[in-house]
Amino acid sequence: MSQFRTPLSRARGRGAAHHGAGHWISERVSSIALVPLMLWTVYAAIHLAPLSRDTAAIWIAQPLNAVLMVLTFAISFWHMHSGLRVVIEDYVETLGLKTAALLANLFVCVFAGGLAIFSILKIAFGGVL
Amino acid sequence: MTEANPGVRERPRSPHLQVWRWHVTMLTSILNRVTGVGLYGAALLAAIWVITLAAGPEAYATYMALLGSLVGKLALFLITVSIFYHLAAGVRHLVWDAGKAFDLKTADASSWAVIIFGVVAAIAVWVIAATTGALG
Repeated sequence: MSQFRTPLSRARGRGAAHHGAGHWISERVSSIALVPLMLWTVYAAIHLAPLSRDTAAIWIAQPLNAVLMVLTFAISFWHMHSGLRVVIEDYVETLGLKTAALLANLFVCVFAGGLAIFSILKIAFGGVL
Repeated sequence: MTEANPGVRERPRSPHLQVWRWHVTMLTSILNRVTGVGLYGAALLAAIWVITLAAGPEAYATYMALLGSLVGKLALFLITVSIFYHLAAGVRHLVWDAGKAFDLKTADASSWAVIIFGVVAAIAVWVIAATTGALG
């Protein structure tokens, strides 16, 4: 990460950015939320797999299922972004490639998460039957 | 003001893999990353699933046929293992965050526990899926 440091911070030769704790806590909070959500997701996958597309849409449209599915996608994509960010920071050495990878990670998560959540809302608000 | 360092002093780096004897806590740490990255792909597949469901019956049928193929089922099984492994390993990390279960014996035992849990829970889910008709 040294390439991202300002000349002053390099001159001082020490120090973190002083906002690492927020990232660390958000990874933990999202992981706690994902424990019950992923157990529900496995149940939902088994339940939905044999259903026809219309029957599956009706099930997703129920308020509890729709909200749980939106939360699962939102928190998963948030957690994924945090996790892959650390992986990129650890393994990608060059500044340009690292910056591109970090941006791609953010954009993919927001775009795919946005599309998924919009699709659930579209199904839930009855636009698909 | 004193003169600035000419460059950043080299920070300590993680030891390279080849100078370490393999041990199970190292394996579980690596597997947690590997399954995390794998689940990133799985979440994208799940996003495509709900997008095709909203798009219409034809798109949904095509995508479900892809997921139901041999390659699709293999990927879904590995995703199931990854979900349960990453979940158990994540809970283990939360216990560590609370400052508990750090001693070597416990860490080794919990390493094996999360590996076994990941595989056994995935097999159990697939047995349930097979008996409830989820596998077609």
